[in-house]
Amino acid sequence: MKFEFPNWVEYGLIPFLNLVTAFLVAGLVVLIVGENPLDAAYFMVRGAFGYGGGIGYTLFYATNFIFTGLSVAVAIHCGLFNIGSEGQAYIGGIGVATACLALDRYIPWYFTFPMAIAGAAIFGAAWALIPALLQAKRGSHIVITTIMFNFIASALMVYLLRDVFKPEKTQNLETRTFETGGQIPKLDWVFELFGTGLQGAPLNYSFVLALVCCFLVWLLIWRTKLGFDIRTMGTSPSAAQYAGINQTKVIVIAMLISGAMAGMMAINPIMGDQARMAEGFPGGAGFVGIAVALMGRNHPIGIILAAILFGALWQGGADLAFDMPNITRDIIVVIQGLVILFAGALDHVYRPFLAKLFENKTDNATSNLAGEDT
Amino acid sequence: MDLSTVLQILDSTVRLSTPLLLAALAGLYSERAGVFDIGLEGKMLGGAFGAAAAAAVFGSAWAGLLAGIGVALAMSLVHAFASITAKGNQIVSGVSINFIAAGLTVLLGQTWFNRGGRTPQLSSDERFSSITLPGVELVADIPFFGPVYRELISGHNLLVYVAFLMVPITWWIIFKTRFGLRLRAVGENPAAVDTAGISVVWARYRAVMICGILCGVAGTYLSIGLSAGFAQNMTAGKGFIALAALIFAKWKPLNVMWTCLLFGFLDAVAIRLQGVSVPGIGTVPVELMQALPYILTVVLLAGFIGKAIPPKAGGVPYSKER
Repeated sequence: MKFEFPNWVEYGLIPFLNLVTAFLVAGLVVLIVGENPLDAAYFMVRGAFGYGGGIGYTLFYATNFIFTGLSVAVAIHCGLFNIGSEGQAYIGGIGVATACLALDRYIPWYFTFPMAIAGAAIFGAAWALIPALLQAKRGSHIVITTIMFNFIASALMVYLLRDVFKPEKTQNLETRTFETGGQIPKLDWVFELFGTGLQGAPLNYSFVLALVCCFLVWLLIWRTKLGFDIRTMGTSPSAAQYAGINQTKVIVIAMLISGAMAGMMAINPIMGDQARMAEGFPGGAGFVGIAVALMGRNHPIGIILAAILFGALWQGGADLAFDMPNITRDIIVVIQGLVILFAGALDHVYRPFLAKLFENKTDNATSNLAGEDT
Repeated sequence: MDLSTVLQILDSTVRLSTPLLLAALAGLYSERAGVFDIGLEGKMLGGAFGAAAAAAVFGSAWAGLLAGIGVALAMSLVHAFASITAKGNQIVSGVSINFIAAGLTVLLGQTWFNRGGRTPQLSSDERFSSITLPGVELVADIPFFGPVYRELISGHNLLVYVAFLMVPITWWIIFKTRFGLRLRAVGENPAAVDTAGISVVWARYRAVMICGILCGVAGTYLSIGLSAGFAQNMTAGKGFIALAALIFAKWKPLNVMWTCLLFGFLDAVAIRLQGVSVPGIGTVPVELMQALPYILTVVLLAGFIGKAIPPKAGGVPYSKER
């Protein structure tokens, strides 16, 4: 039996309860490590939101997660579980780096930027194409193929960085540093309006691009025919078939958009922060995207909120590791895992209990109404 | 290439395929029962940490094995609760287990041992050391068979033999016992099993618990069999290669063994070929060899080498009421 919850429960209370549970368990971990969980929570919140630089970093990380969250969400709307966002983001880096390496010495950043966007989207989408085709044409499980493609991507990127992109004289696996034509300016001026500064945090115009993408995804999914087809496919493939929707086409297009979104994530760290492409730059953002999409209920607004939550976690966790010597940055990974567990896999745990609660309420309300009638 | 080089490569093939074999067999039980498991990696990592930590604290390899199995079993119970009882998404649960293992092993390792996430270096009696099988001296002079027996078959540690013994045992359990029949049935058609009055939930729980135990042995092998302590992220994707092997082997125990040996062989050759120029081909990028298991699995999934058909009810939580 499935109970329809009011919106504020489905999109507010349940995620909140899940989150609280995850943080309680995380608190337990902090306790085991021998620190005070309340102090730890204080350090995290202060680190993430307490000063200009902290907020800057929170939003910088959130930018990555908005892209990967959108990537996962678009695929889920089509009924596909794309856990290859990590690999697609990694490959998207080729597009960004190529655009920057080719153009940074000749034209200003605002001309390089659109090229980098196109490059990132094309390469990210291309990496999603084969799993998409295999799913649509041959029924190969997309979860497995995208996992495989994550590993193939990381092997390919190590090879490319070492044998193609790396300048002779450096030891690290990375491209040369881009000139200003390959660097996106920071959003200092926004923070100065509020009387603070970014204090070195790399928040940049990619954040604006991420917000634009949120709007475009909303437009696509809920306001276009293609979006309708995608959602139909995701809700009921057989209904889609009877409606004459070309399933292969919808699956492939949805995955291409998903891959493009993931690919664009590469712009933020490469062009917006380090001004070079280094080995392993996605740093797990693709997997965080799964959590972000889950928590955000696959809606762009929810994704923005969830991305900021995880951005705060990354930034606050880094500050926490600095303030509490017993705690390392790995606490972020643990909390992330717990949030995915409780908000994702154990999402149903509170539901039966809540369903009973609300069922009684509605029953009482209707019987009261009936009572007034007589 | 002479016999001793070949034997060396094959010897390291056996070593490298052992963790894959244990993890892939672990996944076989779970997935045959209809519970997808992409958390093999995390459970292996947790098991490796538990084993190394306990071996260091109690000074015994057996304590290590017990702890390794215990940790991985506990993690598999989380996965079982999420995917069977709470009817959650099995992929999401697997992802979360991988994250929790990756973070918690380093965090706790740092707290307990203060070595940057490593566990203390273990001495030889705190590890599973290699066993010399009887008769090595006896057959030493027989050409070909002597060296093969000495280098390839003898001289591994206990867990290697356990891993390869698990292949026929798994085959027997899955295909020849009542438990195995039920396990396969809940993976193909749980409703039918339910109608027969057999608990789908309990059958799946048992399968996932066996999966946890084997992952624990795999992790134990990595940290106190193959190396002498735990290091951050020491599984390094082996859980996913095992998953690939399981699919490549079409969820069949004997195929799993051959696939794991193949993937282990590729790994052994890759290590050997590092920087070496192959006549006629030139230097083969190591990355290509490392990616080969994944590429092969994709090619298989595309249906170019037979067809991999997963258990029908895989990934779907079972609900009685419809």
